[in-house]
Amino acid sequence: MQVNVNVNGISQTVDVEPRLLLVHLLRERLGLTGTHVGCDTTSCGACTVLVDGVPIKSCTYLAVQADGRSVRTVEGLVEGGKPSPLQAAFKEQHGLQCGFCTPGMMLAAEALLADNPDPTEEQVRWALSGNLCRCTGYMNIVKAVQAAGATMRSAAGVAEAETAEAPAMAGGAQ
Amino acid sequence: MTETDAGTAIRGLGHSVRRKEDDRFVRGRGTYVDDVKLPGMLHMAILRTPVAHARITRIDVEAAKAHPGVVAVITGRDLDAHGLAWMPTLSADTQAVLALDKVVFQGQEVAAVVADDPYVAVDALELIDVDYDPLPAVVDPRQALEGDAPLIREDKEGQTGNHIFHWEKGDKEATDRAFAEADKVVSLDTFYPRCHPAPLETCGCVADVDPATGKCTIWLTSQAPHAHRTLFALVAGLPEQNIRIISPDLGGGFGNKVPIYPGYVVATVASLLIGKPVKWIEDRTENLISTGFARDYHMRGEMALSADGKITALRSQVIADHGAFNAAAQPSKFPAGLFHIFTGAYDVPAAHCEVDGVYTNKAPGGIAYRCSFRVTEASYLIERLVQNAAVELELDPAELRRRNFIQPEQFPYRSAVGWEYDSGDYPKALDLALEKLGYAELRAEQKEKWTKGELMGIGIASFTEVVGAGPGSEYDIAGLRMFDSAELRVHPTGKAILKIGVQTQGQGHETTFAQIVAGELGIPPEDVSVMHGDTDNTPYGLGTYASRSTPVGGAATAMVARKLRDKATKIAAHLLEAAEEDIEYAEGRFSVRGAPDQAKTIQDIAFAAYSNLPQGMEAGLEGVTYYDPPNLTFPFGSYCVVVDIDKGTGEWKVRKMVAVDDCGVRINPMIVEGQIHGGLTEGFGIAAMQLITFDEEGNCIGQNFTDYLLPTAWETPSFETYQTVTPSPHHPIGAKGVGESATVGSPAAYVNAVLDALAPLGITNIDMPVTSDKVWAAMHEKEFV
Repeated sequence: MQVNVNVNGISQTVDVEPRLLLVHLLRERLGLTGTHVGCDTTSCGACTVLVDGVPIKSCTYLAVQADGRSVRTVEGLVEGGKPSPLQAAFKEQHGLQCGFCTPGMMLAAEALLADNPDPTEEQVRWALSGNLCRCTGYMNIVKAVQAAGATMRSAAGVAEAETAEAPAMAGGAQ
Repeated sequence: MTETDAGTAIRGLGHSVRRKEDDRFVRGRGTYVDDVKLPGMLHMAILRTPVAHARITRIDVEAAKAHPGVVAVITGRDLDAHGLAWMPTLSADTQAVLALDKVVFQGQEVAAVVADDPYVAVDALELIDVDYDPLPAVVDPRQALEGDAPLIREDKEGQTGNHIFHWEKGDKEATDRAFAEADKVVSLDTFYPRCHPAPLETCGCVADVDPATGKCTIWLTSQAPHAHRTLFALVAGLPEQNIRIISPDLGGGFGNKVPIYPGYVVATVASLLIGKPVKWIEDRTENLISTGFARDYHMRGEMALSADGKITALRSQVIADHGAFNAAAQPSKFPAGLFHIFTGAYDVPAAHCEVDGVYTNKAPGGIAYRCSFRVTEASYLIERLVQNAAVELELDPAELRRRNFIQPEQFPYRSAVGWEYDSGDYPKALDLALEKLGYAELRAEQKEKWTKGELMGIGIASFTEVVGAGPGSEYDIAGLRMFDSAELRVHPTGKAILKIGVQTQGQGHETTFAQIVAGELGIPPEDVSVMHGDTDNTPYGLGTYASRSTPVGGAATAMVARKLRDKATKIAAHLLEAAEEDIEYAEGRFSVRGAPDQAKTIQDIAFAAYSNLPQGMEAGLEGVTYYDPPNLTFPFGSYCVVVDIDKGTGEWKVRKMVAVDDCGVRINPMIVEGQIHGGLTEGFGIAAMQLITFDEEGNCIGQNFTDYLLPTAWETPSFETYQTVTPSPHHPIGAKGVGESATVGSPAAYVNAVLDALAPLGITNIDMPVTSDKVWAAMHEKEFV
């Protein structure tokens, strides 16, 4: 059956089997391999994408459910060819190691920051609790998300951004 | 040369250079195996037995073969016709590729379907009809050793029981004597349960055998691509130059991607027979039930002490559950890995350990999950024993450690079982950790809380690691000596390519190895591109596991850069018209002694290497080094955890965790710290929740992430990390390796903290994972409510 879906700003019409999962539409049919499969059971969040701005796990979401909707994947995060504040912060704060969870993690964080541009550590941890990372131990991911929020607030000219401080990379040298 | 150049602009050692690999990862432009898509590529799915122990009486594949879209169905009989039904394991056992007459663990591979679509391949699995005649399953290794236990490995000639090996180390007589004379003996029976590394990317491959040339290219989730190529050549009888293994970006490994799995072999055979590329990517359940598990050690430890708290001897007996095939990934001379590091950070005059390996009807493995070959089990045992000894002797556990530490002036230290520890300062690391924790105040608080009936505990683990295998004379994998390699080429414009034999899975080699070159040659890290994971285009190496990349591959990198620096010095002398011995090198500049203005940069020299050479010198600036380390390295540290226990529910929460790590010289402090965060989290997961267990019929409990729990951002504690630096005296840049320290050291710290809180109740052990229900039950048994 035919599915009309807007992926990263581009409208597409694709003929799919009704049982095709969204993650496979993205990866196999549209060549967007930045979305990964980690568990097949909605547990790990590696396949997280935004559907109409809401994070969903595309390994248990049918492609046909996305009919008439907008999907945003990691490939759609770059802004004007440059890394978005979130992408830049993940690198700057060492919020990734093997990189496999990173796209899903960033999209879950993107949704959080759209809703709450200045989250506390606890709020970040709760918002990302559906996304597993096996490498980082999450501390630097939390810092990255908060740092990206600060950059975005400052870019948006929010008044309190003047005084907000991006959390610094932990030093280690004692 | 162990000083860092942290103050310079070249950003070699000691700089938190941001990672080069991140630019592609944050854009979703990494290339993991499942991202590889080749023209005409087919897809494979594997049928696995639901029964743990059974005879196969019939397999009917006709309906599956007839299913539209199915290209081939492969059974063990088909492989047997090519002599490929069995393959060797990394522990010199044989493992069924596809089962022939009998299955020996739930999830074992029985047949494979190759189809033009991955969904169709899975559909067709349901059309294969297999009759199983169930046999009693053996899931407890102690029962497996009983005389009437069913024989699991009937395929092995001469195998009459389920015992695999007996191994011992140390002086039994001297140890027993010390025990006979001891003032105090403390014993502990503890089970380090089976867990699974569960990298977020599962295992898989794309096998592409070119029917015209015979060239076999395999994109593989491999932590050791070169060793895997050799093993493929030996197993499949393919000429080695015709095999190319490409291990592209890996979504984590943690030891899970060291073994060769049946799926890789079947996909390669399928590609060979069909003449098209074949992709096989396992799902999460397949990963958890069939690929390399870790630990599963039933340990008994005994510690002999004098009345004043000096450890006089240590002994241990271990029953090691290896599952149905002995596929443990460890150096061939060491069936129990490096377990004999079990005396830990302590000066123990006499020690003896023995380990018996046993077959059970469970998945094969025994891989080193973020661990240097069983050092994790050993470290856990000694640190738990020290905690219990402190309680029994009514000594502070920090003080008991201090009384027994190997002292800084004793290094190099030869242990009772023969290790030569390279360097260390254990009291310093512990003191720093206690200071940062606020130990004295916390002990006072704990006492006060106890009077109010509240439970808090402080856990300590002062671990030592033993990593970086070789030396090649002692350590080999399937006969291949555990050296490693680096090949460095500097191009005319002064930009370089470094090719290495180790394989990153997230550790950041593309950045840190460039920093090593920067430190040695003065070429900034951004000008050094690092290649790995392609056996056609990198020098031979044994791969990345057991924290060996920096100790061995990093050393090879420093040494090859020094080779090039020697040649560059000669070229500088020629360009500057000076004697070679008058050339001084510092930070990318070669200058004439006493005339610092007369200098050439490494970039000048690189150009000259292709344009203006001394008479008779070979052109170019490149070299290769194969480094065989003279010894292992011994990273260490002290981890301290404070927990509060809810006595109503048994739930324990980490209030504070302080980690002091000493991994020698740190190449990139940011990356080192990231490795420690990750390891502390995996250690927390193992201590608190990660468990692969089985029912009495051999059904695996823990087949997906709703049963096999991993720590999320929500329950993972925050960590405070600190360092001491004790360089390795034998490593070219003084580095020791760090990727696994925190997984090795931290489980005991968490568990000791819980048991420290429960010590007044007389509770001396709770096996991991220390879940709230176990804590609650232990408290109730002592009528503490």
